[in-house]
Amino acid sequence: MLTAPSLSYSLLAPMLIVFGGAVAGVLVEAFLAKTHRAAVQLTISLGALLLALQQLWRIRDLSSTTAAVNSVAIDKAGIFLQATVVLLALVAVLLIADQDNFVAQASAVPGSSEEINTLQQKSQQTEIFPLFLFAVGGMMLFPVATDLITLFVALEVFSLPLYLLAGLSRRKRLLSQEAALKYFLLGAYASAFFLFGAAFLYGYAGTISLSGISAAFGTANEVFLLIGIVFLSVGLLFKISAVPFHSWTPDVYQGAPTPITAFMAACTKVAAFGAILRIFYVGFAQSQTLWQPIITVIAILTMIFGSIVAITQRDIKRMLAYSSIAHAGFLLSGVVALNKDGLAASLFYLFTYGFTTLAAFGIIGLVKDSAGEVTDLNRWIGLGKKSPLVAGVFAFLLLSFAGIPLTSGFIAKFAIFSAAYKSGNIALVVVGVLASAIAAFFYIRVIIMIFFTDPVNDSVSVIIPSVKSRISITIATLISIILGLAPSLLLNGADNFANFLR
Amino acid sequence: MLQTSANLAWLIALPLFSSAILLLIGKRANSWGHVMACIVSASTFTIGLVEFFAMQSRSAENRAVTQKLFTWISVGSLNVDAALLLDQLSICFVLLITGVGTLIHIYSIAYMSLDLDRRRFFAYLNLFIAAMLLLVLGDSYLNLYVGWEGVGLASYLLIGFWNQKPAYATAAKKAFVANRVGDAGLSLAIMIAFATFGDVSFSGIKEQTELASTTQLTAIGLMLLLAACGKSAQFPLQSWLGDAMAGPTPVSALIHAATMVTAGVYLITRSNFIFDAAPTAQLMVVIVGGITLLFGAIIGTAKDDIKKALAASTMSQIGYMILATGLGPIGYAFAIMHLLTHGFFKASMFLGAGSVMHGMKDEVNMRRYGGIGKFMPITALTFGLAYLAIIGVPPFAGFYSKDKIIETAFNAGGSKGLLLGITTLLGAMITAFYMTRVVLLTFFGNERWGHKDEPAESPALMLIPIGLLSVGSVVSGFFLARGEALVHWLEPVVNPLKEHHSGEFLSPIIVSLLTLTAVIIGISIAVNKYRSAQADLAPEKVSILTTAARKDLFQDSINEAAFMRPGQSLVGRLLKIDYLVIDGLVRAVGSVSLTAANKLRTLQNGYVRSYALMMVIGALALIAVIWSVTA
Repeated sequence: MLTAPSLSYSLLAPMLIVFGGAVAGVLVEAFLAKTHRAAVQLTISLGALLLALQQLWRIRDLSSTTAAVNSVAIDKAGIFLQATVVLLALVAVLLIADQDNFVAQASAVPGSSEEINTLQQKSQQTEIFPLFLFAVGGMMLFPVATDLITLFVALEVFSLPLYLLAGLSRRKRLLSQEAALKYFLLGAYASAFFLFGAAFLYGYAGTISLSGISAAFGTANEVFLLIGIVFLSVGLLFKISAVPFHSWTPDVYQGAPTPITAFMAACTKVAAFGAILRIFYVGFAQSQTLWQPIITVIAILTMIFGSIVAITQRDIKRMLAYSSIAHAGFLLSGVVALNKDGLAASLFYLFTYGFTTLAAFGIIGLVKDSAGEVTDLNRWIGLGKKSPLVAGVFAFLLLSFAGIPLTSGFIAKFAIFSAAYKSGNIALVVVGVLASAIAAFFYIRVIIMIFFTDPVNDSVSVIIPSVKSRISITIATLISIILGLAPSLLLNGADNFANFLR
Repeated sequence: MLQTSANLAWLIALPLFSSAILLLIGKRANSWGHVMACIVSASTFTIGLVEFFAMQSRSAENRAVTQKLFTWISVGSLNVDAALLLDQLSICFVLLITGVGTLIHIYSIAYMSLDLDRRRFFAYLNLFIAAMLLLVLGDSYLNLYVGWEGVGLASYLLIGFWNQKPAYATAAKKAFVANRVGDAGLSLAIMIAFATFGDVSFSGIKEQTELASTTQLTAIGLMLLLAACGKSAQFPLQSWLGDAMAGPTPVSALIHAATMVTAGVYLITRSNFIFDAAPTAQLMVVIVGGITLLFGAIIGTAKDDIKKALAASTMSQIGYMILATGLGPIGYAFAIMHLLTHGFFKASMFLGAGSVMHGMKDEVNMRRYGGIGKFMPITALTFGLAYLAIIGVPPFAGFYSKDKIIETAFNAGGSKGLLLGITTLLGAMITAFYMTRVVLLTFFGNERWGHKDEPAESPALMLIPIGLLSVGSVVSGFFLARGEALVHWLEPVVNPLKEHHSGEFLSPIIVSLLTLTAVIIGISIAVNKYRSAQADLAPEKVSILTTAARKDLFQDSINEAAFMRPGQSLVGRLLKIDYLVIDGLVRAVGSVSLTAANKLRTLQNGYVRSYALMMVIGALALIAVIWSVTA
């Protein structure tokens, strides 16, 4: 006779609430009149996220590896990562709620009369909200999953909605759809790598649980382990856009609707790095001599490639895409460090980077002309004279990306490099600092274009953002500023929460 | 344990707040801003008086009061509270600053009435009052430093108040730069003190002076002296004061005569526990004071600009005070006494000069004056009283204070005493000469202003403050010296009685007679020379000495040759290094990166198939890497 698996609903509540919200969103889409949908959907999303946050706060001191039949670990670091995802999602949903950025009907052919009609009727579909909530739920599951199958499921749960969301841009439809298709094809391809690696690891250890793989070290065929680690890593490194698995990033960041880019850039990074940290810190800690060299090489390549290629970018969204590649490299030093400092620094880095990224893309969404967003950097020239406040905030965010002291980016970089230094990876630190120096060049170049170059006559202007966007950008910017001035507010927390259950 | 008082913070908060209001509200405050500033200034004076009478009613050892505002810095072993200390020394300054300050505020209403920016002027005046009060009320060197920088800022803003004239803006900058040199001295002194004592509060350091070596104390003392030289325009940082006369005349009276420039005297007196234990530093103080008092006096003899002549005189009189502070415990009290009397008579003279300028369409060249006494009798009378005070004629204020310094100088003992005594006597003679010259050229003689308009007496709003100040120049010396009132009052702060009257070299009577003789000689030379002179134009064939004095004894040329030009050439060279080496490196990295970027970006061709291929190659390469590492 089969016994029903025992689930600890109390510990899984945060995820269940978000998934529940997503399902409710689907029902709303099916049954509610069009006119009310947007408001209801936004309420459901905000409500589910806030409730999930409250539940996370409630279980902040609890821990368990058996919450869902040994496939999910609720522990300190897991809760921190989930909370980071939820907080970022809360800010991101306010950006997404500006529906002006999304196509009215996803299935319409670009430029067709059907599309024009729906736009004129202002009757927009609102499936973005449930899609968004499913993605958030997957992102919450990904960093707490402790076996390879759950990891794969979580990966797909948050990836599939993102593929769709990337194709929903209202303007530049073809570019957006092309991005979505590329993202989907390459994503599926990377998932195959992931599964292939998982199969090898199962062959190696005879189990799919991370702790089982860790325990099997030294008793089984190392070649299987080696191939398993590499292929699993390819699937994960794809998600964080590490070189050479990064190619999708610039195209997708550019093509996707800017609020989705913001959400993707911030939250995917947290979820994927959360999973990577858990897999390498828990599952592969024993076999570090095997994987540390390759991750080090990847980290170095990623930092240098991202920083250098960003220099020639002429599109602000593409530039930030390469910047996000470089940041993935910096974050990988925290993985290589493989110590408590490295974990704490990574948690801090993910949190601050997430908010800075959200705010930056939020602001990009405000710079428009009559045909929509203007992402061509040459047309940003002189923006500082037209809208000093917005330009000033953007400049601050860029400085934070560059890691100039007194910004949260500086503290994050400092923490992560010092952790890598403590673990003896000096080459990584040297390259990291050099890459930061190169990266500073293209960030500051934008500041110079915005503030110190005479404006050309152009119709570009900063639109007055809606209340929702304004709240969203303000919160994200404030968090970024506060963590730069008083980093100990979060550093201590990150330190306390830097702990994986094994 | 010191008593606490809750009033002290108001002394600083009121003018600071008022200044902020005037600056932030802007033009809307134009109609009432000056009135508010005066009321605020008068309120601080009232608080000062209340505190003074409260202090008098307590016994000598219980007079000091403190007020802790908040914990300012708490890092490692450095703990600094933002706290105020009002004791017998600081109350003298509080009353001087707020009293003279209030009179000058009132005077400025009339003096600046035609200026469109009068509100901003009053905002800066209030800012100055706040900063100066913080300077004298801070209970630690670090708190003092905040006020020290604050008065520097206010001084800069006010010297350059009419910065539409480039020369005035340059003067402001010069004052600022010269002051920065001194400020560096103060910050170094604070750092050394912290390294030595682990404390920066006056009381904390005072208790520990025995623990420090003489070398450490000397180092602190010399750095404090450097700070004093900057703020008080003492040799070798004196050059800015003459140019500072670019500011409106009330500013010259308040900041550059009566109060701010005496901050150096305050600093040294406040640090008596350091200087008393560091004889070398003390000797340097005396030397600096001696040089400056002659330096200023000599420049004063050759200046035709009435404000610059008075500025040179200020420099010289502060030289007296600095010299006195270097003469050990008894000297501090006499320095402060001269500081207070000087505050009255020099402010009175500056305001008088301002009144003359007001009547003479802002003419400052005394060779264009002459015979003004007839037309501006009240100004002439008050200026005359202050004149008698500064040259030290009994029973005017300057007589009491300056005589005491000369006497103390003679009594310093040995050849040092003799040298110092003669220096101070010589200074008194030259002072009498140049002040007589100013009075004769301005108020007597033929009318040389070259136009028909007769100068008219200034309005009452200007004359009343001058009158009150000249009353102070007449009587203040007597009251401060009677029964050694000030000496006893300051005793708990500076312990002057320890070696009072030890080894008298000359009796007070003889010193007074000597001084009077010197003064009379000075007056007679001046009268002889300027009584009947046709002084329309400055004589061109003059001795080398006169040329030197006219050029401020070459102070600017020396500064330019010794510091400015070497500094400029150093900067030029560093700039070249920066451009070639540092920028060159950066440019090299930049161009390499750019080349690489242009090559690498071609990888991003937009085809999914290439991207996928890259992933496969990447995965295989990774396996190859691991294989080579493990095998």
